[in-house]
Amino acid sequence: MTSNGWLQIAIFFALVVACTKPLGIFIANVMEGRGTWLSPVLRPFENLIYKLCGVRRGDDGLPAEQTWTRYAASLLAFSAFSTLLLYAMQRLQILLPFNPRGFSANTVSPDLAFNTAVSFNTNTNWQNYVPETTLSYFVQMAGLTVHNFLSAAAGLGIAMALVRGFARHSVQTIGNFWADLTRATLYILLPLSFVIALVLCSQGVIQNLNAYTAVTTLEGVKQTIAQGPVASQEAIKMLGTNGGGFFNANSAHPFENPTAFTNLLEMFLIFLIPAALTYTFGKMVRDTRQGWALFAAMTILWFAGTLTAYHFEQQGTPALRKAGIEMTATSTAASAQSGGNMEGKETRFGIANTALFATVTTDASCGAINGWHDSFTPLGGLVPLFNIQLGEVVFGGVGAGLYGMLMFAILAVFIAGLMVGRTPEYLGKKIEKKEVKMAMIAMLVLAASILFFAGASSVAEFAKNSYWNTPGPAAANTNNPGAHGLSEILYAFTSATGNNGSAFGGLNGNTVWYNLTLGFAMLIGRFMMLLPLLAIAGSLAGKKQIPVSAGTFPTHGPLFVSLLVGVVVIVGALTYFPALSLGPIVEHLML
Amino acid sequence: MTNAAPETPEDSTSLGLSRGKRARPLFDPPIVRRAIADSIVKLNPRTLARNPVMFVVEVGAALTTLLLFKTIATGGGGIGFELQIAAWLWFTVFFANFAEAMAEGRGKAQADSLRKTKSDAMAKKLTAAGKVEMVPASALRKDDVCLCEPNDVIPGDGDVIEGIASVDESVITGESAPVIRESGGDRSAVTGGTKVLSDYIKVRITSNPGETFLDRMIALVEGAQRQKTPNEIALNIMIAGLTLIFLFAVITLAPFAQYSVAHAKTGAVPGVIVLVSLLVCLIPTTIGGLLSAIGIAGMDRVMQHNVLAMSGKAVEAAGDVNTLLLDKTGTITLGNRQAVEFIPVDGVTAAELADAAQLSSLADETPEGRSIVVLAKEKYGLRGRDIAEHEAEFIAFTAQTRMSGINFEGNQIRKGATGSVRQFIEENGGVFPQKASDTADAISRTGGTPLVVSMNNRVLGVIHLKDIVKGGMKERFAQMRMMGIRTVMITGDNPLTAAAIAAEAGVDDFLAQATPQDKLELIRKEQAGGRLVAMTGDGTNDAPALAQADVGVAMNTGTMAAKEAGNMVDLDSNPTKLIEVVAIGKQLLITRGALTTFSIANDVAKYFAIIPAMFAVTYPPLNRLNIMGLHTPESAILAAVIFNALIIIALVPLALRGVKYRPLSAGALLQRNLLVYGLGGVLAPFPGIWIIDRLLAVLHLA
Repeated sequence: MTSNGWLQIAIFFALVVACTKPLGIFIANVMEGRGTWLSPVLRPFENLIYKLCGVRRGDDGLPAEQTWTRYAASLLAFSAFSTLLLYAMQRLQILLPFNPRGFSANTVSPDLAFNTAVSFNTNTNWQNYVPETTLSYFVQMAGLTVHNFLSAAAGLGIAMALVRGFARHSVQTIGNFWADLTRATLYILLPLSFVIALVLCSQGVIQNLNAYTAVTTLEGVKQTIAQGPVASQEAIKMLGTNGGGFFNANSAHPFENPTAFTNLLEMFLIFLIPAALTYTFGKMVRDTRQGWALFAAMTILWFAGTLTAYHFEQQGTPALRKAGIEMTATSTAASAQSGGNMEGKETRFGIANTALFATVTTDASCGAINGWHDSFTPLGGLVPLFNIQLGEVVFGGVGAGLYGMLMFAILAVFIAGLMVGRTPEYLGKKIEKKEVKMAMIAMLVLAASILFFAGASSVAEFAKNSYWNTPGPAAANTNNPGAHGLSEILYAFTSATGNNGSAFGGLNGNTVWYNLTLGFAMLIGRFMMLLPLLAIAGSLAGKKQIPVSAGTFPTHGPLFVSLLVGVVVIVGALTYFPALSLGPIVEHLML
Repeated sequence: MTNAAPETPEDSTSLGLSRGKRARPLFDPPIVRRAIADSIVKLNPRTLARNPVMFVVEVGAALTTLLLFKTIATGGGGIGFELQIAAWLWFTVFFANFAEAMAEGRGKAQADSLRKTKSDAMAKKLTAAGKVEMVPASALRKDDVCLCEPNDVIPGDGDVIEGIASVDESVITGESAPVIRESGGDRSAVTGGTKVLSDYIKVRITSNPGETFLDRMIALVEGAQRQKTPNEIALNIMIAGLTLIFLFAVITLAPFAQYSVAHAKTGAVPGVIVLVSLLVCLIPTTIGGLLSAIGIAGMDRVMQHNVLAMSGKAVEAAGDVNTLLLDKTGTITLGNRQAVEFIPVDGVTAAELADAAQLSSLADETPEGRSIVVLAKEKYGLRGRDIAEHEAEFIAFTAQTRMSGINFEGNQIRKGATGSVRQFIEENGGVFPQKASDTADAISRTGGTPLVVSMNNRVLGVIHLKDIVKGGMKERFAQMRMMGIRTVMITGDNPLTAAAIAAEAGVDDFLAQATPQDKLELIRKEQAGGRLVAMTGDGTNDAPALAQADVGVAMNTGTMAAKEAGNMVDLDSNPTKLIEVVAIGKQLLITRGALTTFSIANDVAKYFAIIPAMFAVTYPPLNRLNIMGLHTPESAILAAVIFNALIIIALVPLALRGVKYRPLSAGALLQRNLLVYGLGGVLAPFPGIWIIDRLLAVLHLA
């Protein structure tokens, strides 16, 4: 590990810290419907959207407040409709404009279209297809990019609904889904993306509707270079923690992530909104210390992950060392070597920035990558895998990170809170049967999705001419045998259930079996988390607020932060340790 | 009663969690014997199904046993290992049952002794014609009237409608001194099973057989009607959820292992017995096994303080209480005002004043009156005189005059409130001296009650009556404050007096000139603000407030209406005990939280024991995770299973007695308990499993 590497990590984090409060305040104002400096311009659009969509208004002219069931019904209806639309768009792309390569339904099978539609709708952006050889510009822009906005906005809205559950008391309603969706998109995601896209263009990210370019390389080989409207998708891909690349190589592709600066910017964008939301949370519950406590817990987990990944990547492997490759970083004029494990990493970014990117993209539910996680050392690769298994609560996805962490906070308070001699309460709300039940359902179903799908895929066998998969074991779709292969399967279902979307790589997922199982894992991971959480939000909103006293469990100090970190890690570790021990852990021990 | 003694904060059981008089040793041999028998009965799967965690263990034990028989039948190897695993899994269930049976046993023993007193006595029922008819007590119905004479056992709960009698209530309260029961007022309630010692009373029965207080008491201490409390239900859901998650983790380990074995081309997929062992070690058996014992023991601890909680929910709510409403009289102060000083005015000597005051109080049977006589005697050596020798006429207190006194040898001696005496003097042509009213005001300001004494049309001076705050109350209220509990004193006094006593006692707030309606409204207001309120009460007019409060402790001496309205009855009728009840509630919740945390934290070590053992052949490098250096795969698995079972039995005393409770702020309490039960829970199993592994090796058991 080099001082240069640490400096870059420090710069990244300083940027995140600096923006947390100002953006947090802005988001709170937007989501509570208060005026902001953008309101004079955007308020008419907001009202126009409500009018066009027929959003029900209350007596005050604002969108009518919804109970949690109505909120959930709106969310489900919206998701179902938009998923179907995206499915249709892919299958009918030949009939639609901006398709210079003439991609048709032939490149998108029904199961792949299902997987992709679900993937973008659930903010997962798992890609079982190679974008530049599968989808037209129109589908990428009007389909995928639009979903990048809306799935992030929906996640943000749900986080706000849960926070309102804590902030309000003795009421039945938790906000209006359509208003949350509209405001998050209009005031937060669109303006930021617009500016970011321009900045990215200035760094060399392309933005065009041209046909692909055929070139002859220096080696004299003919090559087709893909083109497209990349910058507009790239901005929201990072900002909305979506992660679905315009190109297969994702942020390792020079057209998506050309310079060290864009690399820093893209990592920063992943954490930008999730970090700000901790402040938004504190502001909405009228105690910003509560938000900073979550921020601190997230920071500890982020740092631990970064440190681990960076350490093991820089250390390299015995095999590399045996091959005579220099494992120590050098920076003299005579020898400037990165050292460590450079397999699967861009030389533009190096070890520190690839380890950091991998940690950040899986701390959050982004899933963009700038290097190949599959080529990490076993424990370096364990970091992204375990990050997702923890529930992506380390800043996490837009909205998803906050509500995931709040669920852990509820659980932590419930487990340890009794030890202060009171029935557990968090932010003045009693944590009772309903909250515990819902939190457990979410945890249970998510664990089941990861473990059972991965378990089934590691032993399933397919007959000759099977519709589901290529004949033979499903595990044969992996590039590597043994423990590493198991990691690849485990990673795929973890990433899908966690709505991360990053691929370990090394698993051919474009078969009916994997398209469907991964698709279902994504649906389970999104909605079996959201629905219980909305139920919790509804239940909390209806409760009285217990005033704080000396007998109240303090949820803002270092004690709570360490408890929260402990619960997140222990619950994650206890659930996945057996599986991990047969994957990355044993692989490391066998090095 | 006995437990008003203040304790210092250093004392671990500070808030008076001293043993009540019903205390038994923790492991009373008859109770242990009975508990062992009960634990076997409780193995019935239908009973156990109520406890998801232990049910899973039982299913695992049964499965293991079946496989053991199969191994024996087919003559396979490893019988010793399988036999031991099966035995220890059964022990795990047994130990959990034993914990619950122990907790129940203490109540059952108590119920038995209560039942003995419930002999089927004959009752003297009064017929409509006024005749006495002998009927069995069980034949009495509500609204029947019966006669109780000396040495009669009162046949059922009821109200005295005629007469006065001294009653022995030791059956219920354990207190042998008789109490007075009389018709009308707040001492009219009698309890079935108690015994009339002198005089006679007529009692109107208020409950049907099987619904009496004694019946309810038996049912409660026996735990027959025990329902899970809200927090217990929530906790059960969580540990059931965790059990399912671990079930998934263990089930899916089979395909992962199959994949690994196929690729490593060596070793074998762990068998069912090993997987079951891992599952049982991971699921929260410690808290799952002890949860109901903790709840029952909490109720029992309340009972040991001679308080009868009508539900576990009430005990749990006691731990959550934010506001304590305490009646001033009897709870904070010693009950009655006492004369502490004679302050004469205008050339009168203190002795003269004392003499007149004593004379005026000789016939005054109120505690205040008696305290005046006593003070005059102690301070000035004035003895009570035989007033029959003199021409004396007593003037009793009336609502109109608001004075009492005596006409003695031609002198009119009066004592009363300042205003009343002033009026009396001025009507008789006298002048009320300024000094007297200044003195009276000064006494009022300090929380005392001034009583002006006059002779004819002249003021002699002022008697200072004072509320005596019980010793140690200030320290207790300070502890309460530290725990985040607000104390509110309720009194009928005027605000000035109330404020002074409140300051002296150190309560946070007070409600002066309180009517029952005010009290009810205060409770509603507190509850609307999200607070939980506890109070004590005894009169019928307290009933609505007792019912409204989250924790309402009725005094046993109180009326039936009050007892019905509250959710606890204090058999000693000691209102200060509310504070102990709160501490017990907190202790119950802390014990639950501590064992839950401990249980989950324990899992970390078990993984390090079992996972390397499972894949010792398939992946030998995994043995580097065997940081405890356990002997063989078999000994490692067995040691983890044994540790898991033994920890339950080791923690039974903690579950029954409760975690030591200290009145600290929530932050300090949490830090301490997290360190002990969280970090301790992570670390403790490492040496534990290691030692068991050594023992197994030494004994050649694995």
